[in-house]
Formats: sequence, structure tokens, C-alpha cells
Amino acid sequence: MREGVISRRAARLLLAACIALGALPPSSQAEIPAAERRSSYELMSAETKAMQDEDSANPGMLWVLDGEALWNRRAGEADRSCADCHDAAPQSMRGVAARYPAFDEKRGTAVDLQGRINLCRTEQQKAPPLAFERQELLALTTYVGRQSRGLPIDASDPRLDPAVETGREIFTRRQGQLNLACAQCHDDNWGQKLAGIVMPQAHPTGYPLYRLEWQTLGSLQRRLRNCLIGMRAEPYGYGSAEYVAIEAFLMRRAHGMPIETPAVRP
Amino acid sequence: MTTQEGLSRRDMLKAGATLTLGSVGLAIARPSQAMPATMKEAIAEVTGLAEIKRGRVKLDIPPLVENGNTVPCTVSVESPMTAEDHVKAIHVFSEKNPQPNVISVHLGPRAGRAVVSTRIRLADTQTVMAIAEMSDGSFWSDRLDVLITLGACLEDS
Amino acid sequence: MARPLINVPATAKRGEVVAIRTLISHPMESGFRHTSTGERIARDIVTGFVATYNGEEIFRATLFPAIAANPFITFHTVATESGTIEFRWTGDNGYSANEQAKITVV
Repeated sequence: MREGVISRRAARLLLAACIALGALPPSSQAEIPAAERRSSYELMSAETKAMQDEDSANPGMLWVLDGEALWNRRAGEADRSCADCHDAAPQSMRGVAARYPAFDEKRGTAVDLQGRINLCRTEQQKAPPLAFERQELLALTTYVGRQSRGLPIDASDPRLDPAVETGREIFTRRQGQLNLACAQCHDDNWGQKLAGIVMPQAHPTGYPLYRLEWQTLGSLQRRLRNCLIGMRAEPYGYGSAEYVAIEAFLMRRAHGMPIETPAVRP
Repeated sequence: MTTQEGLSRRDMLKAGATLTLGSVGLAIARPSQAMPATMKEAIAEVTGLAEIKRGRVKLDIPPLVENGNTVPCTVSVESPMTAEDHVKAIHVFSEKNPQPNVISVHLGPRAGRAVVSTRIRLADTQTVMAIAEMSDGSFWSDRLDVLITLGACLEDS
Repeated sequence: MARPLINVPATAKRGEVVAIRTLISHPMESGFRHTSTGERIARDIVTGFVATYNGEEIFRATLFPAIAANPFITFHTVATESGTIEFRWTGDNGYSANEQAKITVV
């Protein structure tokens, strides 16, 4: 329903702004000091904040409800539900999402929450993995994420260092046709305006979250894909190690900030 | 349409073009004073030839909206909500959406309060109008100019 | 998918005006959008919503494509007696959903 005429003019503005950013010298500034870190929640209007804060008004809660039902539903050849192994999620999953991506001993690598759910599906339930950005995986991930709401992110596990460093490298590397690095917007210029909106610090505190623009709930990987396309860079495939690495880096960068899942964003 | 993996270079360029067409910036335009014919017709369908008075109705929409896809909208009508004197219906109309009707609700004395909220879509900066139909057959209204800002980082779609 | 999300106070005083919030999962495909190849995406929306209180209608709405995805509707009712408030949504392509909530009036 967007109007082309206005948007075209506005798009030129963004393109010009991005090209100007792209022409800047490489990121010189260090990461955001802990005291200056802010969730994008703080940039939102009172109405959008209220939508996130009140469970009965937060559309993300529809996925939480759905996830609760899925948690208790048996699946796969093993005919087992999540609850059969993990009991009640409010106890067993409390704080879990705040520690993801987590190091997986067996694979010797970082695994994100969606990946963990699918490993449970295939290895414990003997069921096919759930598809990315589809209802079931989003609902289960949101339901598990919800059990950490308000708890601080703990990304301190040193075994995650290699993934964090890979993520940092991707985050600070210029890429795409606009020759931009994530860090140029989100480390060096957060708080400045880009074509009328304030550039956020890009903390992963609320995912999966309900985005008003999407009119639905989506994962951090969907959001990262958005950013990459906006930079005119080739997005990675859903479930790729690169997205897990970026998330590991962003969680380390947001260490200590409270989980907001399911958040609401414009 | 937006969740495919492994985009080709051609897709990427197309996505770029879509983004260029469908994104960004702060759009400011004065809502026009003349009401479009489709909106007039939609209003006439509920009010007939009755006069629509200004007042008793309060339309609440944030003056500056972060995303036109989901806009909080509340209509409150001053009424004792008794059997003799109550609001029968509330209608919301949009000036620039592809279809002028937004929502129509029917209520009565059992509501106790004539306050209704929902979330609406607004295609552009425009005027939104709420009309209340009272039990005595009179119509009352409020209108509001709403400014839609378009985010800089919209998804290709 | 998920059941609707309803917020009705569990108890209320007789004659008290209570707020009711409803949220239901639905894409509200407007019928005005097109795919990347230019084909129009068919309309698929919730068109009707009715609330009844112990069987008697207390609120009814007609929804149009301008209602945002995952329709959120809030309204009020006078707590008259203990019982059940039922909600029913109907829409395109035979869509139908129900939910109910108990209220105790003291």
C-alpha cells in the first residue's frame, strides 16, 4: 500500500545517505561503551512500547501461545514431546535463550536456539527439522525465548570466542554494492538519523520479534537478511554458520542486557 | 515472497530496485481538503442524507506514525449509554486507502462505555474520520490528519 | 494456528464496566498487493467479529482490508451476571474461529 512517488524521492535520499556513509573512512570508533548501550525499545513511540509491554496487546504472544501447545505435542518416530524430556518450560527453559548461541560439545561449534530446537527434533524426536521462518519453528523459539524475558544476556562462554570473532569480522567488514559495514551504522553512527529514522545500536535482545513492517513475527536471521539486502550484499542462506556467528557476536556485544522476547519493533 | 534462500544476482538487483521504489524517508504532505468521491459514497451508505455534526466523538491516532501497516486507533464517544440514549454504531473511514471503509462496529447500552480500539493500516499521510450513529438517529464525527513516516530499512517485498 | 488471545477480567462487580481485549492470528491479506511478478494476491481477511454474553449479542464488528494483520479489537461491556462471554470471528475462504471466557460477577 506504499505510494511510489514519495518513496522514490525518499529512496534517493537513503541511497545518497548510504553512499555518503560508504565514502567515510573505515570504522575507527571502538565498540559502544557498556554505559551507552540502549535497546531499540527506547527509540519507540509510547504506543509501540505499550504494544510490547502488555501481553494482551502484544501480537508476539500469539506465537508464545502456539509454542506452548507445540511444546506439549508429541512428534516424530520417538513419539515424544519437548515436555517429555524437559518438563515445564517456565522452569526448565528459564534463562536458556539468554545463553544462546551456545557451544555444542558434540559438534565443537556454536549453535543458535533455532538450530538447537531442530537438533532436538532430529536427534531426540526422530522428526524432520522445522523450516525456517515458518510458524512452528518461530513459535517454539519464541516460547522458549519468552522464558528468559527480563533476564540478562550471558554470552561469556569463552568456547564461543571463535564464533564471536567470525561474527565481529563480518560485522565490521565492508560489503555489498554500497560498500558498507554493519558497524558503520550501528557502532559509529547510532543515534544519528538516516533518512528520517534514528539508527539503532542493533542489539538482538527481542528476537524472535513482531515487526510492524512485516506484520508478523520473524527471527534475527530474517532481520539480518533485510540488512544485507539493504546494503546490496548477498544474504546468507537461512541456518548458515555466518548468521549464527553474527548472532554470537551481537549477543557478546549485548552481554548483560535484558531479553525482551517477544519484542515489538516498527 | 520474502523468505527464499539462495538469491541469484538478478534477484538481488531486482530486490535492490524494489527497495528503491518501496522505501525510506519522511514523507510530509498536507492532506487535501477535498474528500474523495469513494469516501463520500462510503459515508453516505451509513448516514444516508442525515447531517453529520462535529463533536461528541474523539478519534485517537498518534500524530506521527512509525509504520503505516499497524496504526493504533481508538474511538471514544460521549454518551450515557442508557437504553434511551446510546451509541448504536461507530464507523471509521480513510481518505487515501484503496478502500475507504476501515471498520464498522455495532454496540448498545450493554457496552457501558462507547470506547473501541483497534489497529489499522494507512497507506499514506492522510485524513481519517470516525462517525458515530446515536440512538436518536443523529450522526456525530471527528477527523484527524495523520502523518506516516516510512522507515529507512524496509524489507524487500 | 494458535488460539486467539482474550483478556476478560475473571471477576467483576455487578454493574461494573469491564474492558475486553481480543487478538487473533490472521494475515489480513488485503487483496491490494501484488507478487514480484505482478499477479494480484487474492483477498483473505477476517470480515466479521461478534461477542455474546450468555448468548446475547453485546458487540459486533465488520472488518475491512484496512485492519492490520492479527486483528486486535478492544471494547467494553457491563458485567451483568456470571457466565460466559463468547467470541466468534468469520472471514474469507470459510474462515471461522471461536473462543470463550468465563466471568464471575459478585
